[in-house]
Amino acid sequence: MSRDQGVIIAGAAETDEIGKLPGKSTLQLHLEAAINAVADAGLTMRDIDGIATVNAPGPVQVAHSLGITPAWIDGTSVGGTSFLLHVRHATAAIRAGYARTVLVTHGESGRSRVGATPFPRGNSSIQGQFEAPYGTAGPTTAFTIPVLRYMKEYGLTHDQLAYVAVAQRSWAARNPRAMFRDLISVADVLASRLVAWPFHLLECCLVTDGGGALIVTSAERAADFPKPAVHVLGTGESAETPMISQLADFTESQAFLLAGQAAFAEAGIRAADVNHLMIYDAFAHLPIYGLEALGFVAKGEAGAFIADGNTEPGGELPLNTNGGGLSYTHTGMYGMFAMLEGVRQVRGEAAAQVPDARISVIVGNGGMFATAGVLVLGREAR
Amino acid sequence: MSAPGQPTANGPTSGAAKPVPEPTPDTQPFWDGCARGELLLQRCLGCGEPYFYPRPVCPACGSTDVQWFAASGRATLYSYVINHRPARGFENDGPYAIAVVQLAEGPRMMTNIVGMPNTPEELVLDMELQVRFEQRGEVSLPVFGPVGPGAPRPGGSQ
Repeated sequence: MSRDQGVIIAGAAETDEIGKLPGKSTLQLHLEAAINAVADAGLTMRDIDGIATVNAPGPVQVAHSLGITPAWIDGTSVGGTSFLLHVRHATAAIRAGYARTVLVTHGESGRSRVGATPFPRGNSSIQGQFEAPYGTAGPTTAFTIPVLRYMKEYGLTHDQLAYVAVAQRSWAARNPRAMFRDLISVADVLASRLVAWPFHLLECCLVTDGGGALIVTSAERAADFPKPAVHVLGTGESAETPMISQLADFTESQAFLLAGQAAFAEAGIRAADVNHLMIYDAFAHLPIYGLEALGFVAKGEAGAFIADGNTEPGGELPLNTNGGGLSYTHTGMYGMFAMLEGVRQVRGEAAAQVPDARISVIVGNGGMFATAGVLVLGREAR
Repeated sequence: MSAPGQPTANGPTSGAAKPVPEPTPDTQPFWDGCARGELLLQRCLGCGEPYFYPRPVCPACGSTDVQWFAASGRATLYSYVINHRPARGFENDGPYAIAVVQLAEGPRMMTNIVGMPNTPEELVLDMELQVRFEQRGEVSLPVFGPVGPGAPRPGGSQ
């Protein structure tokens, strides 16, 4: 294929259920999602010749379990945005002729920890030497550190930070699959348990079990599938730091910025062209950092932009319309769910459907501002 | 004197079960410095840029011509959270700050704040701090506390 020919997402699905699934292993969740995505594309496993997923269980295990003998493999494992990078890499592989039909899978027993990989790094790792001794205990205690600096530099208020959770709950209320659906107020958020001041429980993501998968193939086959094709118009990826303490500027993510610029340039779009937006929200400050990094608002304005209702149902920039990691689901590596909501919106089949979602942008985070992936999805080819 | 349950300037509280860093060949000089009461950074001899964490190549210019030097130990409070869900070994400390400080020489590092209450009212961004060292197993761990008569002298051992 030539570079100019496009790539599409032809199949997309989640596991039958998401939430608390103690009866399913991590691997089972990958396989169930894969089977559902292949069926969504009207294909069989024999049609799949490329496989991408994170370790563990990894692409070899997933392919073997499904009876796939891949001609192309991607095991990029850089946190929750990995699946966006898989789509980007699959796009290049399909254009290069290395693969024809790529399956990207996610499954994670993040809550029940059935067949899950243990978390801790060794005490001789860089994190083990220079962060863990200070009492970090996962992302709630570290990913949250930059925001106080942001508050001082740009005047973001505690109420505005809390309102991010309020705005997203207004989307989740419209989504029967969301774990939390009751509407909440800023007062509710600020009254929820302190986790790591200034963050309260409702400003932190859920911890759930579930999975999702996508089928990526060439756009010349767009008419061959039962669902409307979703065109991959632009992609970007970057990395910044393995330790939150080494983030270059605590008020922004360089990885969001660079990945966003690459994706917008490839797609030939500007922020004003975007009808629907997903920003990986492990915590309430991520949508703020994402909106600013991709130029949807000026630096320092995102908190007020969200608090003014612009990202809610009926607002000018629908954001995290499944309810996000804060209210919908968050298995640990949430990026797949952000992409799947983007696909559903562009197809016109979302639970809380946005009118005329022609261009959807997905901003994925990996680790704690460690990595980023950005996708621009569209209803029409470039 | 610190509030009950707060980390103190004088040493570990519950100590034993807290994670103890395991030095590697590239970081050993840093931990050796801490044992002497010195906070060591690295500096590039090519471009002059100081950096942290320890590694054998300058992140600013890529040079491997780098040297260790003793930092002043002076810093300002850059950002933090006050953790209410303690990590293993920190259960008896009460809510504790996990902070990032800006060293006077430029680099930043994660740390704990000792010798003062770990509350939003007391922990004011950009306040001046001074390194101290806390024994953690076989390792001397750099932590930071307020500048004052009770603080150890810069570069001096405890």
